[in-house]
Amino acid sequence: MLAQLFYILIFPGLLFLSVFGLAAEFFDRKLYARLQNRVGPPWFQPLADFIKLVGKEDIIPDDANPNMFKLMPIFALTATATAFFYIPLWGMNAYFHFNGDVIVVLYLLTIPTLTFFLGGWYSRSLYSQIGAVRSLTQLFAYEVPLFMSILATALLADTWSLSEMALFYTVHPWYWVFNLIGLAIALITLLGKLEKVPFDIPEAETEIVAGTFTEYSGRLFGIFKIAIDVEAIVGASLLAAVFLPFGLTLHPALGFLLFIIKVLSIVAVLSVLRTIFARLRIDQMMIFCWKYLAPLAFLQLLISLILKGVLIR
Amino acid sequence: MHKVIIPIGPQHPALKEPESFMVALSGEKITEFGVRLGYNHRGIEKACEERTYIQDVYLTERICGICSHAHSSAFVQAVEEIAGLAVPKRGLYIRTLIGELERVHSHLLWLGVAGHEIGFDTLLMYTWRDREIVMDLMALLTGNRVNYGINTIGGVRRDVSPEQIKEILKGVDALEERTKYYIEIASSETTVIERLSGVGILSHEDALRLGAVGPTGRASGIDRDTRRDDPYAAYGEIEFKVVTDNHNDVYGRTLVRLGELMESYKMIRQILKKMPDGPIAIKAPRKIPPGEAFSRYEAPRGENVHYVKANGTEKPERVKVRAPTLANIQTVAKMLEDRQLADLPIVIAAIDPCFSCTDRLIAVKDLETNKTNTLKWQDLHAYSIEWHREHGVDFSQLNKKLKGMLK
Amino acid sequence: MKRPGKMMSQVLRSIFKRPATTKYPFVKSGMPEKFRGKLKFYPERCIGCKLCMKDCPSNAINIKKVGEKQFECEIDLGKCIYCAQCVDSCMKKALESTREFELASLDREKLKVTFRGDDKQDPKK
Repeated sequence: MLAQLFYILIFPGLLFLSVFGLAAEFFDRKLYARLQNRVGPPWFQPLADFIKLVGKEDIIPDDANPNMFKLMPIFALTATATAFFYIPLWGMNAYFHFNGDVIVVLYLLTIPTLTFFLGGWYSRSLYSQIGAVRSLTQLFAYEVPLFMSILATALLADTWSLSEMALFYTVHPWYWVFNLIGLAIALITLLGKLEKVPFDIPEAETEIVAGTFTEYSGRLFGIFKIAIDVEAIVGASLLAAVFLPFGLTLHPALGFLLFIIKVLSIVAVLSVLRTIFARLRIDQMMIFCWKYLAPLAFLQLLISLILKGVLIR
Repeated sequence: MHKVIIPIGPQHPALKEPESFMVALSGEKITEFGVRLGYNHRGIEKACEERTYIQDVYLTERICGICSHAHSSAFVQAVEEIAGLAVPKRGLYIRTLIGELERVHSHLLWLGVAGHEIGFDTLLMYTWRDREIVMDLMALLTGNRVNYGINTIGGVRRDVSPEQIKEILKGVDALEERTKYYIEIASSETTVIERLSGVGILSHEDALRLGAVGPTGRASGIDRDTRRDDPYAAYGEIEFKVVTDNHNDVYGRTLVRLGELMESYKMIRQILKKMPDGPIAIKAPRKIPPGEAFSRYEAPRGENVHYVKANGTEKPERVKVRAPTLANIQTVAKMLEDRQLADLPIVIAAIDPCFSCTDRLIAVKDLETNKTNTLKWQDLHAYSIEWHREHGVDFSQLNKKLKGMLK
Repeated sequence: MKRPGKMMSQVLRSIFKRPATTKYPFVKSGMPEKFRGKLKFYPERCIGCKLCMKDCPSNAINIKKVGEKQFECEIDLGKCIYCAQCVDSCMKKALESTREFELASLDREKLKVTFRGDDKQDPKK
């Protein structure tokens, strides 16, 4: 019982994820600033932002539904934190694993987007409602390529469990090279899931003020921000576990270090992509995802199927 | 489809200055669009009548922060025409030099703002870093980074020394290289082209009918530029090209402004080479003889028109300002027909709005009888007191609080 | 030729360049000479013609007589627009612009600065 509480609250539960999330946010913001030839924030900036938000008053609009309004940030944080338990970090086994957990992880990562929609919808403000609707529309565009690229990797390993996939790729060391198209697609669609430029349409500052989060303030907004940071970590670790499954047999301390390096390099790639693009319009995004990304993901799926037939001989 | 009316402004992250746009949306599509001006009205035309001419030079400069030299030069040109002053050549050349540097400053600022409106913050940071070169040059030449204060009636106040000329040439060389890079980005970065092309289309006939001026009109093929058609200051002696474009959309306006930047660098080099020696100002009388004059100036946003009427005393009788944004704002409703909400910020930003310049009192319309009327200053004062009294404001308390604040 | 990600090379090179922003207010950069900042008054040169008061656009400067050919000057830094028209109008060069521009204050009264003959400037009590 004590062990379970330790896992949930400290490691790899809420405390570790929050600290790592804040550190990754600092890394992202500092790199973004240096790419733009600026100095950037000091290391304690995300923590200072969180403390400031927690110290402010929660203002709930009169028209809004108070229960839904207050519940949505908590759901977002718990869903992403739960998904972390099933991802193999170092060593080949995650804390909990069963056959089919890759589907569960992907499902749990969809829940934050639904909470953004419901939180914005129940805020009853015009800007939030437009942002909420855009958030769901964007979901239809990037979900399919993301799922297909991850499932292509699972197909090659002939299993639906993340831990067994890690085992498969450790036994056959160089097979991860076949999934490089999937890695590229997953990086681009991860930008859509995390709502960063060029896909930060639901939260377009210059068009709809702050989209879903227009009416949120104080502690609830602080929890939403932590949930977004944790989602970035969990998404990056999912990509690291699925597409970069090497070095899993090392000593745990070294393995932990390697895991942190993998996650931070994925965050760095996302930062660089964030810097060089402008924001797309929602219809342009739909066209881009369905015209270019979905066929490429389909191609990756075909490659996996053919290779499975050839290699499992 | 569900219809909502969403207010853009008066306070909104897309607008740099307060203005109210009421947008009726159906999903993401814009069905109706309404504009209400007047949130930035400060009574500058009336204030000009209460101050002497030399004080008005500084007041007209503060009509706008970015086209400040445009307003003060237009005013000073009108007064010099009424008084019949012959400004020495060197003064005119220095005025032109500051005007062109201000155009560079304004267009670089616009590039950054356009980048921010389409979500491309990197372009914002880079162009505003390059803008610092121009601001430092202005601080060196005129003594301040914005609101230059270099005009005076009869010429300019400060001279340009040879060391400063060397600094200007160095700065212009650096800026030219950076501008060439931005032209490359604008013509080949996919996301930028996707966001800017086909947006805010204004055909040539519509632009002529609605009276678009400046780069907004020039991107629709209207070949008008006050610097060439009605030369003032030193523009009659400098060679330059007027940049027009046929794209008719926001992308065309971007290309026009980038082209104007390159032309400005060439003009600055010509001015520095051709600058004649001599005095920089002639002494102007304090009382300007009666007369009226109409002066035009090509501000970075378009044609700026000032009208001044003098009656022989130290203070002007009437000053009227027509800013270029007032002419361009009527085109926004036409440009946004059948577009999406996501296009709205960039379309408004593409006319380079400067609402501080725009708000002047035009006419008072009685909504019930639909007749126009003029209110005198005392009538307006009495009407305002009556309105506030009806809405429950206690004037004795207010007077006490005001006396405490403004000791 | 359309190509996505055109800024990539410039952006990556920026990591190795010195940043263009500074950590103000721990690191300050000054203004060039002849910057129009706070004014300075030389009481020994003033003759009391009050031309500066006449030309000031915002009525920020006030010259008071405190003795035989002795004048003191009170400037309201809150109203001054730092245009330096008074510097140009003064025929005896008794006013000068300095380079000081960090003049923010929490109390409006402290912004009224008086320049006296014994060269002490103090805010009005």
